[in-house]
Amino acid sequence: MTEKMFSKETWLETLRGLTTEYTVFVPVKDGDFHVFQPLEKETVPDFDYQNARLSPKSLVYPQSERMFEYSLDEEDPERRILKEAPKEYTPRAVAGIRPCDAHAFQIVKRNFDNPEFRDPWWVQRFESTTLVGLGCNEPCPTCFCTAMGGGPFHEEGLDVLLYDTGETYLARSCTDKGEAFLTNAGGGETADEKTLKRAAELPGKSAEGMPESRKVDPVREKTINDLFDAPFWEEVAFACINCGTCTFLCPTCWCFDIQDEVEGKQGDRIRNWDSCMFPLFTLHGSGHNPRDQKFQRVRQRFMHKLKYYVDKYDDGFQCSGCGRCVQFCPVNIDIREVLQLMSNDG
Amino acid sequence: MIEYTEKIRAIAKKLLEEKTVDVFIGYRKGTVPMMNEPLLIRDPARADLLHWDSNCGLNLCNYLTKRTERIGVLANGCNSRNIVTHIIENQVKREQLYIIGVPCTGMIDHRAVKRAVGQKEIADITEKDGSFTVKGKDFEETFKKADYLQTNCAACRHRNPVEYDEMVGAPVEEQEAVDPYRDVRKIEAMSPDEKTGFFQQLITNCIRCYACRNGCPLCYCPTCFVDESRPQWVGKSSDPTDTMTFHLLRAYHCAGRCTDCGACERVCPVGIPVRQFTKKLNKDAEELFSWEAGLSLDQRPPLDVYRPDDYNDFIK
Repeated sequence: MTEKMFSKETWLETLRGLTTEYTVFVPVKDGDFHVFQPLEKETVPDFDYQNARLSPKSLVYPQSERMFEYSLDEEDPERRILKEAPKEYTPRAVAGIRPCDAHAFQIVKRNFDNPEFRDPWWVQRFESTTLVGLGCNEPCPTCFCTAMGGGPFHEEGLDVLLYDTGETYLARSCTDKGEAFLTNAGGGETADEKTLKRAAELPGKSAEGMPESRKVDPVREKTINDLFDAPFWEEVAFACINCGTCTFLCPTCWCFDIQDEVEGKQGDRIRNWDSCMFPLFTLHGSGHNPRDQKFQRVRQRFMHKLKYYVDKYDDGFQCSGCGRCVQFCPVNIDIREVLQLMSNDG
Repeated sequence: MIEYTEKIRAIAKKLLEEKTVDVFIGYRKGTVPMMNEPLLIRDPARADLLHWDSNCGLNLCNYLTKRTERIGVLANGCNSRNIVTHIIENQVKREQLYIIGVPCTGMIDHRAVKRAVGQKEIADITEKDGSFTVKGKDFEETFKKADYLQTNCAACRHRNPVEYDEMVGAPVEEQEAVDPYRDVRKIEAMSPDEKTGFFQQLITNCIRCYACRNGCPLCYCPTCFVDESRPQWVGKSSDPTDTMTFHLLRAYHCAGRCTDCGACERVCPVGIPVRQFTKKLNKDAEELFSWEAGLSLDQRPPLDVYRPDDYNDFIK
């Protein structure tokens, strides 16, 4: 483990210096909210932020990704043969990612990189990405990472964790990748006593500002059928408009759809994010839809995250508690409330 | 606005107790500031959950589509116009509904408020006598509501319900001197290239979540054209052409039907001013057909009527 101290100005210069080795993504204020953008000459990063509106999952798992391409030109001897579309795997670093979003990558990894299946594109992109986290000194009222097994200074999933101690950042490596990042970064000073002490106090102070998390363990003990048939789903789903805001803003939603798009004689096979909120999501070729009602789709989203995943992997929820769906659900369906219902009444 | 809450609870309770209605549709106070949640209750004992304030910017008409029970529903000006539109379009029957009219002084623009406090996290909002106060860690600020209205509310000409069975209060004064189409005229003055650029720029952040479509009470098709798979009309990737196709078609499906309730814009998770797509159509409907949607149950909308003696030349 390496610990280094950077003044905030030096840190920015250091990041700029690293752009020869990595594409460095940083939070940038774009209108009313923050987005992760590559650090370029003109880019003005803003680390004094709560979190990005859209989760950084798209950096590893883009909303639309060209998987294969093919020719439909009858003259082309290789017509109709799928070829892998060119992809980019040069080293990247995401600087300022929040611990909840890094934790989310570990959750998504279960789907894309497991003993049974390895998704080559997700894996290669994830492996070429270094996650340089920024601990949360001031969690939002909608944050509930601690209830989901994470925390505002949680290191799981991060390669480096930064502590904002006011004038300086204390950077602590958490993995070999993080170690390499700090080595590449160079510079920085050995952390002094004062900075170490301040950094050590931050998680505790932050925890005080965390909204109180309620007991969520009982949901593990409920049977799937009892929860599935629970009486509260109709009320939970009533307000839902079945838009994709929750799933598309979520750092842990991983479902996708594969489509072929053709323009002229060129064809592309594209993988697009999908959403269990959309009626098309489970529409069968026969025309039958096993989830043709709104409440079934809403129930699926919560059951997947808070029950099926829990039972299948026995390692927490498919949720990192970032609170985006709570903040931006247009009709105020609050996953924390649903979790309570599932814990109490199921 | 908040002063109506008690009255609304009492009316709902009575309607449910006396079995005038089977269900009552209103709002409950949200778990997040400035985000109230649409709520359906059947049990009069739950009427105390009902809430009304200046953060009820969705459109309850959404929740009426194809319901078969007798429904009590809250309706301010724009919501009542959507209910009228729903009745005209056979999505619900007038006799099923008991409409509780709510005179409205406009909904708060949650984005403008967050901007005003420098995007700091707001933990609580309270309102009183035309002002509201937001609180968060280390700050508390009070604003005049009139300065922070949703832009559709600021230019609203129908604050009072047009169709109701009972009102919760005396009508509020209508805004006479407002100009709802100032921004449309700016776009009209652009060259074709500028217009293309303007609308392309508008949707660069779109993530195709369809919240604007789903938040809109006009979008009730059993299968939306973007969800058709045989044939598939629109690509599913984030190709800008497909995204633009969605937005333009959505807007045109609302032509002559939109009440400018602002729900589409309010729900967008990335803050796209999507009303820019529908407002020109509202202006056209008004200028070409003297039509504002949902003002009367007795008149058919312009786009579903054909008259050989139509006074407009362009249609002959």
